[in-house]
Amino acid sequence: MIKFFLMVNKQGQTRLSKYYEHVDINKRTLLETEVIKSCLSRSNEQCSFIEYKDFKLIYRQYAALFIVVGVNDTENEMAIYEFIHNFVEVLDEYFSRVEPIDELPKICSALEPQQACFSPDSSFKGAASTTPIY
Amino acid sequence: DLQSTNLVEVCMALTVVSQIFPREMIPAVLPLIEDKLQHSKEIIRRKAVLALYKFHLIAPNQVQHIHIKFRKALCDRDVGVMAASLHIYLRMIKENSSGYKDLTGSFVTILKQVVGGKLPVDFNYHSVPAPWLQIQLLRILGLLGKDDQRTSELMYDVLDESLRRAELNHNVTYAILFECVHTVYSIYPKSELLEKAAKCIGKFVLSPKINLKYLGLKALTYVIQQDPTLALQHQMTIIECLDHPDPIIKRETLELLYRITNAQNVTVIVQKMLEYLHQSKEEYVIVNLVGKIAELAEKYAPDNAWFIQTMNAVFSVGGDVMHPDIPNNFLRLLAEGFDDETEDQQLRLYAVQSYLTLLDMENVFYPQRFLQVMSWVLGEYSYLLDKETPAEVIAKLYKLLMNDSVSSETKTWLIAAVTKLTPQAHSSDTVERLIHEFTISLDTCMRQHAFELKHLHENVELMKSLLPVDRSCEDLAVDASLSFLDGFVAEGLSQGAAPYKPHHQRQEEKLSQEKVLNFEPYGLSFSSSGFTGRQSPAGISLGSDISGNSAETGLKETNSLKLEGIKKLWGKEGYLPKKESKTGDESGALPIPQESIMENVDQAITKKDQSQVLTQSKEEKEKQLLASSLFVGLGSESTVNLLGKADTVSHKFRRKSKVKEAKSGETTSTHNMTCSSFSSLSNVAYEDDYYLNTLHDRGDKELKTFSLNSELLDSESLTELPLVEKFSNCSLSTPSLFADNSMEIFHPPQSTAASVAKESSLASPFLEETTEYIHSNAMEICNNETISVSSYKIWKDDCLLMVWSVTNKSGLELKSANLEIFPVENFKVTEQPGCCLPVTEAESTRSFQYSVQIEKPFTEEILSGFISYHMMDTHSAQLEFSVNLSLLDFIRPLKISSEDFGKLWLSFANDVKQNVKMSESQAALPSALKTLQQKLRLHIIEIIGNEGLLACQLLPSIPCLLHCRVYADVLALWFRSSCSTLPDYLLYQCQKVMEGS
Repeated sequence: MIKFFLMVNKQGQTRLSKYYEHVDINKRTLLETEVIKSCLSRSNEQCSFIEYKDFKLIYRQYAALFIVVGVNDTENEMAIYEFIHNFVEVLDEYFSRVEPIDELPKICSALEPQQACFSPDSSFKGAASTTPIY
Repeated sequence: DLQSTNLVEVCMALTVVSQIFPREMIPAVLPLIEDKLQHSKEIIRRKAVLALYKFHLIAPNQVQHIHIKFRKALCDRDVGVMAASLHIYLRMIKENSSGYKDLTGSFVTILKQVVGGKLPVDFNYHSVPAPWLQIQLLRILGLLGKDDQRTSELMYDVLDESLRRAELNHNVTYAILFECVHTVYSIYPKSELLEKAAKCIGKFVLSPKINLKYLGLKALTYVIQQDPTLALQHQMTIIECLDHPDPIIKRETLELLYRITNAQNVTVIVQKMLEYLHQSKEEYVIVNLVGKIAELAEKYAPDNAWFIQTMNAVFSVGGDVMHPDIPNNFLRLLAEGFDDETEDQQLRLYAVQSYLTLLDMENVFYPQRFLQVMSWVLGEYSYLLDKETPAEVIAKLYKLLMNDSVSSETKTWLIAAVTKLTPQAHSSDTVERLIHEFTISLDTCMRQHAFELKHLHENVELMKSLLPVDRSCEDLAVDASLSFLDGFVAEGLSQGAAPYKPHHQRQEEKLSQEKVLNFEPYGLSFSSSGFTGRQSPAGISLGSDISGNSAETGLKETNSLKLEGIKKLWGKEGYLPKKESKTGDESGALPIPQESIMENVDQAITKKDQSQVLTQSKEEKEKQLLASSLFVGLGSESTVNLLGKADTVSHKFRRKSKVKEAKSGETTSTHNMTCSSFSSLSNVAYEDDYYLNTLHDRGDKELKTFSLNSELLDSESLTELPLVEKFSNCSLSTPSLFADNSMEIFHPPQSTAASVAKESSLASPFLEETTEYIHSNAMEICNNETISVSSYKIWKDDCLLMVWSVTNKSGLELKSANLEIFPVENFKVTEQPGCCLPVTEAESTRSFQYSVQIEKPFTEEILSGFISYHMMDTHSAQLEFSVNLSLLDFIRPLKISSEDFGKLWLSFANDVKQNVKMSESQAALPSALKTLQQKLRLHIIEIIGNEGLLACQLLPSIPCLLHCRVYADVLALWFRSSCSTLPDYLLYQCQKVMEGS
């Protein structure tokens, strides 16, 4: 099960976050900084899955942007890894290739105010995610 | 918005519903959302399913009645809707796989279509058809096929096809492959598939891509529990991963090694784990790893020195973050010991010595937990030392006590240790200095301890009898009713104090005042009113608690005075370690001769060296050496099947069992205290001593009958008398020391004679019983060419009796047929006497009887076990079986009067309300109640107008009350019980019954 979904840039600023389980607002910032720290410290040769506390982080880097997904123990890591890529492809498609992928942070910051309208799964069509995104 | 005709509005509304809806509001919108399942637009249907999934997550009970509609969603012509419904099914199947076996066929067909590319192209991801959908389906199949041959057979084909299709070189296909492998190893095994899956794992592990390697290791970790030979194939890769620069990979490898640890490779593996432990800084990792090391060390320790040293490392690194069970288990192990008394002494001596050396070192800081362990061990076992006198040990402890970095909790441990040592030390200045210093301490707890020590110090004789040497394992028993305070209470009453009212009585009184306010439900918003109803009594009872206190302040005063601090002291005297002895059976470890291991390793090394010495570099050789030491023991056992392996291990490490039982009462006249316990050691390690231990652990709170098999009872009753005598000799201290509420309490006498009588009644021929009680039809559960096993349930008044009858179909005589039940956490299974049959003649039937008691409520559980038998020609065989037990098997009617109902109703705090629609056939209340009576075995107490009262009990004795009320075609059910979960489960059963008929 997916617990949260984060988009962070290399400076450690959160661009987009979505939690599927309730986390206190002030705890979120703490969690996010720790998550980002552990992702940034990884090199390319190291694997994209991190065990963090009692759940797992799966991250993927697109130029200056990190996408991190937190899942619980029963999840298939590779499926999530590919799911991230799928998500990025969908974003890319949705915004009709306005910018190359390194400009994504901009898109995302533009996205934030209208987050409510942007429901990822409507654009996903059937490429069913492992956890429903409402 | 939900009722709007605008699609977008409905969509948004459904999205919001699934995101932010609180539990209490679900009933209000549920019908609207149910309607949306029939909507013509697929996106609406999909969103409705997702909203229901969300409801299922937060309040499973409230959507139980629409499970049939999910089936419709599963068969929806739109793939999106179907995919959404899979989430719900995955969840439900995880909870109860047996209820959905009939859907296996549909899931297989769906997967077949998906794999075959029958879905619209939209669903392809990098030309792989709907990968996430496939993964979801595979996961469901894995859950369904677990331990079920018939269901598994349905899915072999499609799994094979998935494995074959997923051979593209793309990440997402690897994800599917991984899930396939997982499923193949979860379901009933089929050799061809296993072979293919093993090949896949090989591909993963050997891949240069780091992510795949991780996946491979994870798969291997899972698979290895079923088939340890695979580890041998990949041993070199595993070794490489162990030295991998990426700590995540390393950790996964350690996880894998942890699974394959046995007595022979334990030293190497634990060493590797400790190395990793020293490097890691993250708290969570440390806690996790420390737990594993401690477990391995306890299970497989080759010798005393190693064990103590490993535990020392664990304690000093794990420190205060580790799980408190670890030091507790360790201390219990030391205290209770193993088979061999001299071995125990050596272990303890070694521990004491090593701690003394550790304490000698200057300027080293140990974690508090470690110090506590040290002080307990030193306090208990310092007498084993010959060189150093107790006085010297006390001096060391004193030095620690004076240290500022030691926490006050640890200091109480230290003082307790000093107290224990004092009687052995004759006279010691240090003790007096210590008393002097701590009687003026600011910490109340410390002061209390110091004063105790001071008074005991003045009376050396009492002290010696109170703190005997090496008695930490014996049980203490306390008079729960505090009868020695009777005089005090009588005095208090005569002076006009209000009599003490028990908690529930007070709550009841308060509640009865409130009854008028909150008895009637308010229409639809049921659960919210139920919520407030539930809250308020708790609040009131809190208040009444406080007021009640004043009535008995006098009584409490004496208690609270003595309470402080004493807990600690007596904690170390034995009951504390015992209380935490839940995981008792496996922690035993027997020393295994080191030489034999070395020999083993040597042989392996020399063999490998001979063949490879020329070609390999030095580094390679080192790896080989490591490999051979890691995987030693796996190879030899690889031919033995898994069950066999588990057996040999458990035989090796079976510990001297301590079967303790509280049975007879013994009154020590001086203090008016009832001791009702003694411990007896049985030298034979019974297979089922684990059950007994758990029985014992749980039994101490309530009065329970221990129906042991009579054999055991006899052997104990022989040793009973001398032990009791011995116990009464050990004089007990002043009553105040026992006033601690949290001490283990044994309820007063239950004569052995009675229990024996009961056993014999249970053992009465089962033919009689079948006529006496209702029973189910016999159902064949497994068979082979020689025997067939059928089972049926007898619903006795006090328990569920399972009868397995074994029919010998062959013409030969069977020798020693044995039935064994695997332990399940929810049940307590007790063998009835006369079950082990030496001989079963040709073509005859024998039956085994087990009484099953429930430990905590559930909907449905599987009880499985196996039957093993010998044929004439000493050929032995095993046959596994499993039986479904439902909650209803444990429900019995509770026959009480309406008045009792009223009283009980008020005293229960847990309630659940729900409206159920009735079908037309049962629209009238009496007929509805009749259904409940017949199907759920509820007892109808009274029917008043459109209301009905029913009652039942969950065995052994948890009552549950039901209040029903009918308006129109809706039946409002209102459950109350003393158990918090029972109403939920019963409600579910009721709904099932009401819908089913």
